[in-house]
Amino acid sequence: MSISIQDVEHVAKLARLELTEEEKAKYAEQLGAILNYAQKLNELDTENVPPTSHVLPVANVMRDDEPRPSWPIEKVMLNAPDEEDGQFRVPAVLE
Amino acid sequence: MSVLDLRLQELHDRLSGGELAVSDLVEASLSRIKETEPVVQAFITLDEEGARAQAAELDKQLKEGGERGLLFGLPAGIKDNIVTDGLKTTCASRFLSNYIPIYNATVMDKLRAAQSVTIGKLNMDEFAMGGSNENSAMGPTRNPWDPERVPGGSSGGSAAAVAARQVYFALGSDTGGSIRQPAAYCGVVGLKPTYGRVSRFGLVAFASSLDQIGPITKNVEDAVYVLQAIAGHDPMDSTSADVEVPDYTAALTGDVRGLRIGVPKEYLGEGIAPQVKDAVLAALKVFESLGATWEEVSLPHTEYAVAAYYLLASSEASSNLARFDGVRYGVRAENPDNLIDLYVKSRSQGFGAEVKRRIMLGTYALSSGYYDAYYLKAQKVRTLIKQDFDQVFEKFDVIIGPTAPTTAFKIGEQIHDPLTMYLNDICTIPVNLAGLPAISVPCGLADGLPVGMQIIGKAFDETTVLRAAYAYEQATEHHKLRPAAVGGA
Repeated sequence: MSISIQDVEHVAKLARLELTEEEKAKYAEQLGAILNYAQKLNELDTENVPPTSHVLPVANVMRDDEPRPSWPIEKVMLNAPDEEDGQFRVPAVLE
Repeated sequence: MSVLDLRLQELHDRLSGGELAVSDLVEASLSRIKETEPVVQAFITLDEEGARAQAAELDKQLKEGGERGLLFGLPAGIKDNIVTDGLKTTCASRFLSNYIPIYNATVMDKLRAAQSVTIGKLNMDEFAMGGSNENSAMGPTRNPWDPERVPGGSSGGSAAAVAARQVYFALGSDTGGSIRQPAAYCGVVGLKPTYGRVSRFGLVAFASSLDQIGPITKNVEDAVYVLQAIAGHDPMDSTSADVEVPDYTAALTGDVRGLRIGVPKEYLGEGIAPQVKDAVLAALKVFESLGATWEEVSLPHTEYAVAAYYLLASSEASSNLARFDGVRYGVRAENPDNLIDLYVKSRSQGFGAEVKRRIMLGTYALSSGYYDAYYLKAQKVRTLIKQDFDQVFEKFDVIIGPTAPTTAFKIGEQIHDPLTMYLNDICTIPVNLAGLPAISVPCGLADGLPVGMQIIGKAFDETTVLRAAYAYEQATEHHKLRPAAVGGA
């Protein structure tokens, strides 16, 4: 399993990461090694094995749809890097 | 001997008798931290003011009489991925270096109810990714037994702080061994409860199907009390189990007669250091002398666990860490070109190398064309690993083996080789994949460094795990050894 610089760039784009040339080369090598190791899983026949996403036998925990108080805006904004009038400020989404 | 070495019962008797105040405990903890922290570097944030205020409040209550919490007055250190209302919580990441939570994790509310005193927040690998604490953006914690060595990870600060007796107990989190492996490396007790036993609400998520909070303590008895305080169903965590919490003190009998122990041959085979193997075999002799029996068993899919784990945990991490976008909290890059650029630059500047590596691996495993080959395949192998345990537990009460293949390695020794680093978790990872409870207890020294024994139990049977661990501890002296590097032989 070898991972190309192009593969790394594609994945970085999906992950919203910007990598230096040095990082790209390093991750290409390291991810290749890890994925090579993961090939080990192909030794196992899992054709009829169900996947496990969660070990507990719980599904869809529901509650009544009743309004509950939420945090006051001032508190929610305490960690905001940039805010205006109780809203998170970001660069324009539409030109 | 420090007051922090007193057993819980005696400590509480002295508090009731007026011979000791909570402020004495807190001052003992703070002065021990001052003395040892230049070497150990376990804390990211020390909350002296908050701890003193809590102590004063508890001392006032002590004078007035009335009900006392289970952990009354005990100085506690908290891993820095557990959110604490008003107290900085960084996950050892540049991204959250100034993040001050506006609410408490459920475990923090439970500790407050149990009346322990929060001394501060402990170092870890960034976002709990790593096994050495070298991935902390705040710099590495050092092993109190040998400051040139790692304390393990990711809850390395928690284990080191307890080993150096800076706090009475600590909380850690365990996704692939992050409580048990550092406990083993630092010669203390670390318990990963059953998945769902302790609420994850307010634990900054790494891999949601694997993460679990648990205690790191200097002995098994303390682990019993801390687990009692933090366990239980929580409507705020939909994966928290609605299973009754038993009285864990029932485990403190010292009696393991008739206990059936399975010893997986895969946990004592290739890659396990001879001295580690010898220490575990010697521990099994102790169990025999106490009336337990053991037999070799097989967990045949063990060799596939690390590969399955790194695909699953990294996939979940890549999804969980998508929330760190620089919009609502954490770092925001300066002068982005547009909104996407704001996300990209903030994330690239905020995350460290290991976190980026795992996000990349997880994104790849979940990406179109590779999902079936990697993510789904790993989920299927997870099923096989869980079935291995189910089969052994039909005939045995607990499974015993080493916690880690070796003792603590040197800082810098493995950091450039992620795959070797990942293989340190070979004995702990399968337990997370199966969601089982397991404890690491000290079982001797190898060349002056602690060795940990792992005791794994059936789901929600922490009591048997703790009973076995306590009986072993009562019959041996290993847990009484103290690291010389921080002045306590």
